[in-house]
Amino acid sequence: MGSFKDAAHLVRLVILIAAGVLAFLGFRFLAVPAGFGQYGFYRGPALDDIRQRPISFAGRAACETCHTDQHDKLAAGPHKGVHCEACHGPQAQHASDISIKPVLPKTPELCLQCHEAGGAKPKKFPQVVSAEHNSGIDCKTCHQPHSPKEGPA
Amino acid sequence: MKMTRRYWLVQSSRFLLIGTPATVAFLEAQGDAKKEAAAPDSYRMADHWWAMIVDVEKCIGCGNCVRACAAENHVPDGYYRTWIERYVINDWRNETGEPQVDSPDGGIHGFPPKAIPVSAKAFFVPKMCNHCADSPCTQVCPVGATFVSPDGVVLIDPKYCLGCRYCVQACPYGCRFINPTTNTAEKCTLCYHRITQGLTTACCEACPTAARQLADLKDPKDPIHEFLRNNPVQVLKPHLATGAKLFYHGLDGAVR
Repeated sequence: MGSFKDAAHLVRLVILIAAGVLAFLGFRFLAVPAGFGQYGFYRGPALDDIRQRPISFAGRAACETCHTDQHDKLAAGPHKGVHCEACHGPQAQHASDISIKPVLPKTPELCLQCHEAGGAKPKKFPQVVSAEHNSGIDCKTCHQPHSPKEGPA
Repeated sequence: MKMTRRYWLVQSSRFLLIGTPATVAFLEAQGDAKKEAAAPDSYRMADHWWAMIVDVEKCIGCGNCVRACAAENHVPDGYYRTWIERYVINDWRNETGEPQVDSPDGGIHGFPPKAIPVSAKAFFVPKMCNHCADSPCTQVCPVGATFVSPDGVVLIDPKYCLGCRYCVQACPYGCRFINPTTNTAEKCTLCYHRITQGLTTACCEACPTAARQLADLKDPKDPIHEFLRNNPVQVLKPHLATGAKLFYHGLDGAVR
């Protein structure tokens, strides 16, 4: 009994430390956002936030579900590796709502973006000096974009 | 207050009796919250480890990737998450052997034709975030706003970024910038919103020569394994040991 006689200062110390720990835990609870540390030193739900962003490019597979004829034509020619949206631009809106009509890309500017000669292009890549090759005539006069070797449609 | 042994025993057992179930209930509630936060779909992060192959010999500098990236990710004007550099390297015996590098507007409008000397070699190098496995940029973030995701993509949490610019300075490849509107760091996300739903990145979708290819190193069926087996590849600045996952095929030693 006698040994606890003068323990009041110890009790005060314990209360003080407990209050400090509680204050720290409380502050930590308020300061650390939900999901922090779920996968590492960052907010786990941030991954889901980033995944929720909308897409602009529908992807070649989406185009091919409807435009099978164009796909077959493209696949038979030298442009087989070129995805639809490389020329036609982002079409996710059109893919989800076909009433939104895409605008046809402008030739010859589009063609020359890839095929204009000069400027460090790989030598085996087919390229022309437009001033000599077509002198202002639209590429579509002689080439079909989906099947460029075949001649005009 | 009597400071007896009995007093302490009673008080502490009371605390345990009330405190333990409360703590357990609290921890369980936290666990449930974590389970709900997990993605409910079929995409499992543990099954993927994303990378990209760039074939320098196929790049024609058309700028399609830069435009596609800007359209997909709403990149502000004058900033680039991916860009193309044109290298012109003169004869190495020449005193002007330093490579000339240009990248007008990041190559977003393509490259104007340029007379290349016969003695020189010239090529295009597309650049973007290397999605390093040991990325220097994520290590310097003081708040944990940028990180390597469990599937190997270096991402930024825009809600948590302070805009302190440490990461912009830390990236050895110059791939980060501060978005002037949001004042937070921004960079290539490897189109995380696309690749997690089975699509390829916007730049790969738009590349007409397949010079860029998204690759999943954890997918045994991915053609990257055959490509890496049959082709010499290089990463940028290998001496920095960043664990870069942007593999270049046909890269010249002059490229920095």
